[in-house]
Parts: sequence; C-alpha cells; structure tokens
Amino acid sequence: MYYAGMVIIETITPSPSSQLRSWVERESGQKIFRCYQCGKCTAGCPAAYTMDLTPRQIMRAVQFGLKEEVLKSNTIWVCLHCQTCSARCPQEIDVAKVMESLRLLAVMEKGKAAVEEVKIFHDAFLSNLWRFGRIYELGLGASYNLRSRHFLTNLSMLPGMLSRGKLPILPRSAKGTSRVKAIFSQVYAKEKESEMERKGTA
Amino acid sequence: MASLTFAYYPGCTLHTTAKQYDVSTRLTCQAMDIALEELKDWTCCGASSAHLTNPLLAIALPAKDLQQAEERGLPIAVACAACYFRLKLAAHELSNKATNDLVGEVLGKRIDHIPQVIHLLQVLESKKADIAVKKPLTGLKVACYYGCLLVRPKNTVGFDDKENPQKMDSLIQALGAETTQWNFKTECCGASFVMARSDIMLKLSHRVLSQAQQSGAECVAVACPLCHSNLDSHQKEMNAKFADKVELPVLYFTQLLGIALGLSPRELLFDQHFTNPMPLLKEKGLA
Amino acid sequence: MARVGVFLCHCGTNIAGVVDIPKVMEAAKKMPQVVYVADNRYTCSEPGQASIRQAIVENRLNRVVVSACSPRMHENTFRKTVAQAGLNPYLLEIANLREHDSWVHASYKEAATAKAIELIRMAVAKALRDEPLLPKQIGLTKRALVIGGGIAGIQVALDIANTGYDVVLVEREPSIGGRMAQLDKTFPTLDCSACILTPKMVEASQHSKITLLTYAEIMKVEGFVGNFEVQIRQKARKVDHTKCTGCGICWQKCPEKVPSEFDMGLGNRTIIYIPFAQAVPGKPVIDTAHCRYIKYQEFVAQKKEGKKPPQCRICERLCPTGAVDWEQQEQILTEKFGAIVVATGYQTFDHSVYGEFGGKSYPDVISGLQLERLLSASGPTGGEVVRPSDGTHPKTVVFVSCVGSRDESVGRPYCSKVCCMYMAKQAILLKEHDPEIQSYIFYIDIRAGGKDFEEFARRAQEEAGALYLRGRVSKIYQQGKNLMVLGEDSLLGRPVEIPADLVVLATGMEPARGVADLARLLNISYDSYNFLIEAHVKLRPVETQTDGIFLAGSCIGPRDIPESVAQGGGAAAKVAALFSKDTLPIEPMTAVVDPLKCVGCLACVEVCPFNAPAPQVLRDGRTVAVINEGLCKGCGLCPVACRPGAITLRGFTDQQLLAEVNALWQ
Repeated sequence: MYYAGMVIIETITPSPSSQLRSWVERESGQKIFRCYQCGKCTAGCPAAYTMDLTPRQIMRAVQFGLKEEVLKSNTIWVCLHCQTCSARCPQEIDVAKVMESLRLLAVMEKGKAAVEEVKIFHDAFLSNLWRFGRIYELGLGASYNLRSRHFLTNLSMLPGMLSRGKLPILPRSAKGTSRVKAIFSQVYAKEKESEMERKGTA
Repeated sequence: MASLTFAYYPGCTLHTTAKQYDVSTRLTCQAMDIALEELKDWTCCGASSAHLTNPLLAIALPAKDLQQAEERGLPIAVACAACYFRLKLAAHELSNKATNDLVGEVLGKRIDHIPQVIHLLQVLESKKADIAVKKPLTGLKVACYYGCLLVRPKNTVGFDDKENPQKMDSLIQALGAETTQWNFKTECCGASFVMARSDIMLKLSHRVLSQAQQSGAECVAVACPLCHSNLDSHQKEMNAKFADKVELPVLYFTQLLGIALGLSPRELLFDQHFTNPMPLLKEKGLA
Repeated sequence: MARVGVFLCHCGTNIAGVVDIPKVMEAAKKMPQVVYVADNRYTCSEPGQASIRQAIVENRLNRVVVSACSPRMHENTFRKTVAQAGLNPYLLEIANLREHDSWVHASYKEAATAKAIELIRMAVAKALRDEPLLPKQIGLTKRALVIGGGIAGIQVALDIANTGYDVVLVEREPSIGGRMAQLDKTFPTLDCSACILTPKMVEASQHSKITLLTYAEIMKVEGFVGNFEVQIRQKARKVDHTKCTGCGICWQKCPEKVPSEFDMGLGNRTIIYIPFAQAVPGKPVIDTAHCRYIKYQEFVAQKKEGKKPPQCRICERLCPTGAVDWEQQEQILTEKFGAIVVATGYQTFDHSVYGEFGGKSYPDVISGLQLERLLSASGPTGGEVVRPSDGTHPKTVVFVSCVGSRDESVGRPYCSKVCCMYMAKQAILLKEHDPEIQSYIFYIDIRAGGKDFEEFARRAQEEAGALYLRGRVSKIYQQGKNLMVLGEDSLLGRPVEIPADLVVLATGMEPARGVADLARLLNISYDSYNFLIEAHVKLRPVETQTDGIFLAGSCIGPRDIPESVAQGGGAAAKVAALFSKDTLPIEPMTAVVDPLKCVGCLACVEVCPFNAPAPQVLRDGRTVAVINEGLCKGCGLCPVACRPGAITLRGFTDQQLLAEVNALWQ
C-alpha cells in the first residue's frame, strides 16, 4: 500500500547544511530554508495525489539533507512543471525550479529515473528532435512504446489521428536539422566539462 | 503593407496534430492585416523534454530560433503556448550576460539584440478593437482555458493574471460570445504526460472539462496545441473512467475568431476535431 | 585656563580586555590642559560617578572627558553627574571606546589602544572649546488630541480626561466604536463585544472633559510638543446635530439603500443613517455620494441631459425638529493641543488579490469580520448564520488561516496575531448556534500565546469539535452548491479536499486606509506596511520619535483588545506626565542663525525634516531664516546646507569639530 512519508519512518539525524542543500540552492537559486512547510505547494499540486513524497516533504527532506530519499522519490519525475506551486508559494520560492534541479541531480547520480516512463519519453523526444530537427509524432510514439515496452499506449488514438490527416506517416527532416545536431554535440561537450567540475566540487 | 509584421514561429505540432491552429492563425491574421513571416528553417524549441533534462540545451535550442528572428529584425510571434514559454524563458535567460556568452559558444555567435517574444493571443487581443465582425458569435457560451504556460511564472513569462486571466475572455467577448466565469482557467491539463502517465493527464484534463461544463460553457477555447489535444481527443476515455461525463467541443481561439470574421468552418478545419463541434455551430447558426 | 579631567572606564573587560588602559592613561596625562586622569572598573556605577564628582571638586576641574561606551547609552547619566558637582552639563565630552573601538577591533589590541588614545585626544580638543549651554523653558497647552475613536482611542481619551485634562477625540466615521463594535463576542472569555464597549462609548460622549468630533479628519499639523496647532475638517453631515434628537424617523423612511460598511456589505443601510443601532452619537449623517436629492441638485446645477433624479427630500419632510440642513458645508476648525495620540487602528486585508480563492466571485467565501456580522444578534441576519448566496444554513464550514498574513507573495509577511484565536472563537460560536455545524480549520501554526488562549484553542477542538488541519489552502472552487477547498494535511502528508457550505477566510490586519498620509502630516515614521513606528520597540512602545506625539493600539502593529486598551492607558499616562509640568525644557543643542551673515536663501528651510527654520523679514527689509528652538532637533543638516556659514549648531560648532579633526595624529 502506498502511504506518504513512508521513507522517513526510521530515526534520522538532520543535517541542515548538507551537500544536497547546497547543490539545490546553487542550481535552483532558491533558498531552501525560506520554506516554512505550510503545504500550499502540495495543496495545489495536480499530481500530488500520485507522489510518494509531497512537494512540501521534498522541501523538508532537502532541508534535512536526505539525499537518497529525495533522489529515489517518484515526485521529481511526476512533477508536471505546471508551476502552480511556484506561483502560489507564500514565501515566493520557485518550487518547480527546485524539482528541476533535483531531476538533474538524479540523472547525474543515478543515470535513471524513479519513474522510468517519464525519462524514456523525454529521451525518445530528444532523439526524435536530434534526428529530424522537428518532432515527428508517429515516430516519437512508436519509439516511446518500444523503449518503455508499453506497446499499446495511445494506440487507440492512431486511427482517429490518421483519418483526420493529423499525422504524416513519413518523417520530413527540417532544413535546420544539421544545426540542431551541432547544438546537441556542443551542449553535450560542455555538459561533460562542467559535470567533471561539479563532481570535483561535490 | 500590413499594419503589423512578425516573424512567425508555428512549432512542430502546428504542422501535424494542430494543423487547425496553424491554418486558422494564418487565415485570421491575413484577414486582420497582420503579416506573419514564417521563420525559415525553424526547428523544435526542445519543449519540456529539453527543459526537464538539460538546462543548457533548453536555452540553446530556442536561442537558435531567436537568433534567426534577430537576423530578420522582427519580433517573434509564437502560436503554441509551450513553444512560447520556452522561447520567452530563453529570451529572459539570455539577458544574463554569462548565459548569453555560454549559449554564444554553443551557437557560434552571441545574441546581442534579443528579439521580443510575443504570443499570438497577445497580438490578436491588442487588435481586438479593429476586428470587423461579420458573423457575431451571439449566444455562444465559451469557457476560455489558458493553461499553465501563458501565465506562469508571472514575472518572466506570464502576460495576464496568474489565477484569473482575462485576455482571451475579452477577445472572445469582442466577437459577440459570452465567456463563463470559472476557476480552472490556469489549472494544468496534464501536459506532456499524455504518453508517460496518461492516467494523470486524463484525471487533470477531465477535471478541467468538467469544471468548464459546470460553468455553463458550450465549448472550450484554447491557445495551446497540447491543451487542445489533451482536452479534445480523450473525452471518450474520460467518460469510460469517470462518473462525471463530459462532452464539450474544444476549439482554438483563432478558429472562433475565424468564424466571426466570416471564414467557413471548412477552411478553418473544423472537421479535424475529435469532439465534433459542428452540431453546436449549426445550433447557433454559425455554420 | 581649562582644567580637564579624563575618566577611563574598563567596562568590566569590554574595554579593558582589549585596550591597554595604563598605556592610554599615560598618554592622556600628556594631553594639553589635562590635569587629572583616573580609571574605573564601571564608571557608570554609583561609586564611579561619585569619584567623578569628587575629582571635579578636589581638582577644580572645569571640563570632563569620560572615555567609556556610546553617548547614546550614558551621556545623560554623566551630564547629571557633572551637574551635581556644580559643572554645566554641556562641558562634558564622551569618547566612545567601546562600540567604536574595543568591540569592533577585539582582535587588534595594539591598534585598538592607539585608536583609544586618538579618540580621547579628539574629545579633549573639543572639550577645550565647549561653552556652557542653558536649556530654555517653554509653556504648553494642557489639552490633548486623540485621533481615532476605536477602543484604543476611547481608552486614551477617558484616561486623560479622568486625570483632569481636556481631550478632543476625532473620528473619521459617523460613530465612534471602531472595529470592536463590529465583533460579536470576544476571545477567550466570550464576552459580548458590544456589551463591554458601548458603556465606554457612552462614557466618552458624556464626559465633561471630552469633546467628540465624529465624521471629522485631520488636515494639517503644525508646531511642536506642548504647542501643536491642528486643523480639523468637520465633514458636512447635512444634519444639524444641535436640533436632531436621534428619533430615527428619517433613517427608517429613507427610500434609498446601499451596502452597509458596518455589516461588511452583507446588509444594507439607508442614505441618511447611523452606522449601527448603538452608534455614538446616535444622530445621523447623510451620505452625500448616494443621496437622491443631492444627485438631483447636482443634476440641475450641471444642466445635465436626460431623466431627472427624483427630488425625494423625505427625511427633511418627516423630521420633527427640522434638523436636515441641505446648506450645511464642511467646516475647518483650528485647535491648539499640547499632545497628540494616534490610535487609528486597522482594517482587514482585502482578499480579492487571492485569485486562487476565487477573488471575491464566490458569495459563500466570506471574511472573518463578515462572519462576525453574521454571528452578531444585531447583524444583518439577526444572528442567524446563513449562506449569503441562498440563505440556507451551512453545515460544513471551512476556515482558511493566514489570508494576507505570513505571505510574502502579497506583501504581508507578518503574523496578524489575532486570527488563530478568532477562528477558534468562531468555531465555538458556530457550534453554539447550530450543533450540526462541523468546522474545519486549516492552520499553519496555532499561535495562542496569551492568557487563557491555549486553553481556549483546545476548547475549540475538544468541545466544539473543530477539526484542525495543518496546512495552507491552495484553491477554492465551486462544485455544484458546494465550495471545494483544496489543502494539504501536512501531518499526514496527504492532499485534502473538503466540500464546504461556507468558507471563512481569516483575513489579517493591515493599517487603516490613509494612515501614511496622516503620519506625514504629523512627521512621525511608518514602516513599509504603513504601521506606525514606536520610539523604541521595547522600552518606549507608545512614544514616537517626535516629542509630544504618542501611539496606541493596532496602528503600530497587529494587537488584540486587551493590548490596545493597555496601550491606550500607557499613552494616556505619558500625556498626563507631560501635562503635569507647567513648562517644558528644550534641549539647548539647537541650530542658531546669525542674521548678519544670513543671505535669506532659505536652503535651511528646504533641508529641515522638522520644519524648524522659517523666513522672517527684518526691519531693514531683509529676509532671514529664524530657527524655532522648540522644533529643532539639532540634527545638523542646516549648518551643512548654509552656504554663507550663518548657521551654527550649539555644542557642535565648526571650531569644535575642526579642533577634533586637527587633534588626530598629533
């Protein structure tokens, strides 16, 4: 059974000045201890009902420096980035930005996501983008279904989409595709450099 | 000579699943003497996938398109709300010198004059006084749905009130329609979770539609292809899953504008919707 | 020939732990005209002060330099000490060896010792040029002005009046009583608010020493402590209160109605009206913005097109004493006062900025003060709690705390202090009204730090059965007839959804409208939320930085009733103490203009924050500036601004300051 807070039932010792906190503060530009745990983020979060740690608990866990709990939570992956939390936070903390920084850390440290489908989708999306410069939706759907092994996802939509002429069957590469590929390789090169640096400081 | 000229960035979906949006945008802008010059060789903005996994890529991809608009010396008008969000945010982040330098290294060139990024709704709303309404949408009750990406974050991206935005409402009202009062204008529809977690998307989109229906609306107007696809194409699945049944045509605001300007539903691709809007249009004498 | 004594204080180890005292003493002995040097563990102690007095007498000292802590701390103490030994108190100088030296340079002992020597050398150089100064005395008007007629202002007026001094109580609204008059019952004793307030309102109106000026506002304030001159605008009531008997026929028969401010828009009032049944004075005013006849007059006067508004004049025709007076105009009164007390109170935060709570579009989302009106037997529903939308009795009531409090995003980061308790009170009262009502209270922290407060908050939970949920609400929306309230119970860590019949937003306190303008008229300071600022938050809580102007109640910050009453009493005691003297001494360290050097440019008038300098025409026709010593604070702005050098600040002359500078590094 799912119940919230289930990862924090062991006795814990908080570390208020953890590396996790300084990472998050640096990457997100948000001050973690501004959060006074009112829960308005969670109350308004459209996906909170399906999270193992609520957004407020994520903030608390970062205050406590509970890196493992945070990085293995599904929360950071089912966050829709709708930014309702950030828009309504009484302390004006950009909670969505905090989630963003935690996702990056999770990818860096774990290489995979707690909710794999989400990362598979994003990876499929980006490789589609890399190949064609623009998104070729039929290919994206097929590639997601293959990678995630959810072969039937959205398949029921397919006839409707095709009959309405919404999906071209064959991909067309955009003229700018070569520049997009160049951007990808430049960015990945830069990422490698700075990842080395970060690992050095961490 | 058109009264206003923009570099036009349609976004990937406007060439595929959201053709109606692209076509209605071009037709209405033409009718309103707004010139849209489509950016040649535009590529994908990276959408949430770049944003959620790689911050530098998330700026560099839209920056490439911004650079093209910069070369043309035009402000850039975006139709897709998600692309608008990415481009607008990238433009904001590029105003930071260090970021601009870094992106300049990736692109091979800095962006010195960051072009203005503006959403199509802003463009058309600002010209609402000039709309020559041929077929007023009298008696049509519309729930205007803005979604997340036009209003949040309020200081960098949002161009309207973050909880109760008004710009689409005032545009639709100018066409003679009635807009309904409801409190889900900016609640999330589930966005890109359509594939990875369609259960979340269905729940959220259903909540939005049910609230719109409860407000007395006969259709929903949107300004985002992702919102449109989530709200329009999955109503059957929602009705199979939830007790509270929904059946509500979901239209692009540009399609409603097109009808009011006297364009035919056929030109505006009203036949491409999953939830058929034609009976409603016929009932109101609009088709 | 000057004879200077230098007294070095160790301040325990505060100074002596860093500064090398024997070395400084040696250096001081060599300074010009220093004839006596001593040190002391605590100079401010009684033995320390006695040693100064003894040294002055024995060594015939005529200048004293105390090298100790900041003059803000003990300058007055040591001035009294030297005066007791027969020396003019302004022949004392302080060298600040603590805040300016030992505390900030604790790890650089040698440098700190060198700096101490320099500081003392400067003080000695200035002391040599000190002149004796004599404080002047001025007369005062023993009459107080109280601004604001809520519970704090009423208390101030009564307490001053009972010491025998005259008071004028000015209130902007048509009746005194303020916010407390709107409340149903008060926490934690559940006393009926009106029952304990109205006797005080009546007492104030009948007191021989109190003049009530309702429906009046402050226009202009001039002068200084003991001698204020204030212009008060008495707004036109269009009713002659000397003729009116308050019989009530007019307000029973007036045909036009608008939402009642007193009932927070939940009920209506007529246009000729008293705000509530127990209003003081119990005589009406005509709301000229909505009166039919006044609209008719304007229509005719402006020769407008279209349909004429009705002439009406029903009140005039029915009034048995002929008190309705259409010709009555506003009046400007100019009055003299010796002291002013500001008690302008608060208003509740306007929750329309919270779009996520529907702005103000849901009639069944009400504020805490609106619920007070629904609970009150004299309220618009006669004490029946019903939903404004359909008049039905709510069974599920959800409270949302911290609306406009503890919220940086709406510019209100502070805690409003009373909301936790009024929610508990309202939950208890709701249960008394209807045992079937279930209350839910979303809170962040329960702040119940007052006498019997915690017990009272427990009672709301244990006896009235209110369910407290720890979390802030994020959204309220209509679902059929219900309002859905989305929150988190952060103790379970689960999102919560409650279908409510009625939602009560516990809106916080903010300063009353227009208080910043009033503060500027009075020349007192206010913070970024427009709360007025006390002279010292702990030790001078009812005084301002401007002598003779005092504060009481929630114009300073969120306060509950007992605190406001206590502060009212405190402010009254300060006023009475001021009025107990027949003259007031004024600080002699003021600026003075040499009329022979003054060119009449009046740059001093421009820069002075206290309105002390004013132009004066001499007999030879020249205009020069003259400084009112009663207003001058000796801040030193005008001597700097004076280009011909005509202004001198007594006690800080150019010669004295230059001597200090020249003494450095000798």
